[in-house]
Amino acid sequence: MARRAGAPEVSAGSMADIAFLLLIFFLVTTTIETDAGLDRMLPPIEPPDTDVVIKQKNIFQVNINKNGQLLADEELIELKDLREKAKAFLDNGGDGTCSYCQGRKNAESSDNPSKAIISLKNDRETKYSTYITVQNELVGAYNDLRNREAQRLYNKNFVDMEAEYLNPETDDDVKEELKEKVKRIQDLFPQKLSEAETSSD
Amino acid sequence: MSKFAKKKDGEVPAVSTASLPDIVFMLLFFFMTVTVMKDSSLKVENVLPNASEVKKLEKKDRVIYIYVGKPTKEYEKLFGSEPKIQLNDKLSSPSEVGDYILMERAKKPQELQNVLTTALKVDKNASMGLISDIKQELRKVNALKVNYTTYEGDAFNNLQ
Repeated sequence: MARRAGAPEVSAGSMADIAFLLLIFFLVTTTIETDAGLDRMLPPIEPPDTDVVIKQKNIFQVNINKNGQLLADEELIELKDLREKAKAFLDNGGDGTCSYCQGRKNAESSDNPSKAIISLKNDRETKYSTYITVQNELVGAYNDLRNREAQRLYNKNFVDMEAEYLNPETDDDVKEELKEKVKRIQDLFPQKLSEAETSSD
Repeated sequence: MSKFAKKKDGEVPAVSTASLPDIVFMLLFFFMTVTVMKDSSLKVENVLPNASEVKKLEKKDRVIYIYVGKPTKEYEKLFGSEPKIQLNDKLSSPSEVGDYILMERAKKPQELQNVLTTALKVDKNASMGLISDIKQELRKVNALKVNYTTYEGDAFNNLQ
């Protein structure tokens, strides 16, 4: 049968090879970036104009020495106990103004969560991995407490709410609603984590 | 006879490969969309520590990266084995961090210049001295928002 109309069909057999070539190119030139981490704010360089007087009992001092040992409130503690200790300090509610605190209301510890400050100090020779672990535990202490409150108020985890709020794919209406809730929880336990300058000795 | 018994015995028909390109293209598009091009090659060792309370860094256009770690084998002769800072493609000293941040900030569109985050990708064996110097420099140029980039995992794995 003679073909008159139409050009002969182009073979698509090598299409797969071409596509594989492209695929392999992209596989080797790209990396799946690890872009998650601990968000922190550094203190501004100019000290505030007015001197703020902070009571000693409202400060939870954490010191890391160069061997990775931990001194929290003048007590040598293990890293794994830090989270509980920080939580107890934040949740203390010593002056009774904090209605949602479940701590021991110890007069010697912090007054209420909005006044409680965690101060982190490290040596120049502290290993970065130790520092991150400590940071992680302190952030974890705040997150645990915020989760507890979010569960109580909205039956949701704070961490999930915040992740949804920050996700660019979330709808604007949902975002607007979440914004208030997230803000409210954040205000219940404001993150006051001060990083003092490193000591060199 | 029956309508369904018309196959020739013993011969398996060839599997059509016509849809193979489609499948491969699908894979290709998947990898094209989920991956990002490497913008600078690493000259330092960069094994990040683990942390569990991480937040995702959305919006890559608002991030400035700083890498810290021990120079890799090829650069060890040139730069020694002490941890160094890598800015873009070159190894530098802490005093150059400020200028680098200002330069990168100037490259970004106006409306993003105030919401930039500095991502510190630090090798887990680096010491805090260098990080403190960087933090000090960042404070000088008012780049206060930092993100200590980590892998997601149990933070206590760091200590081993």
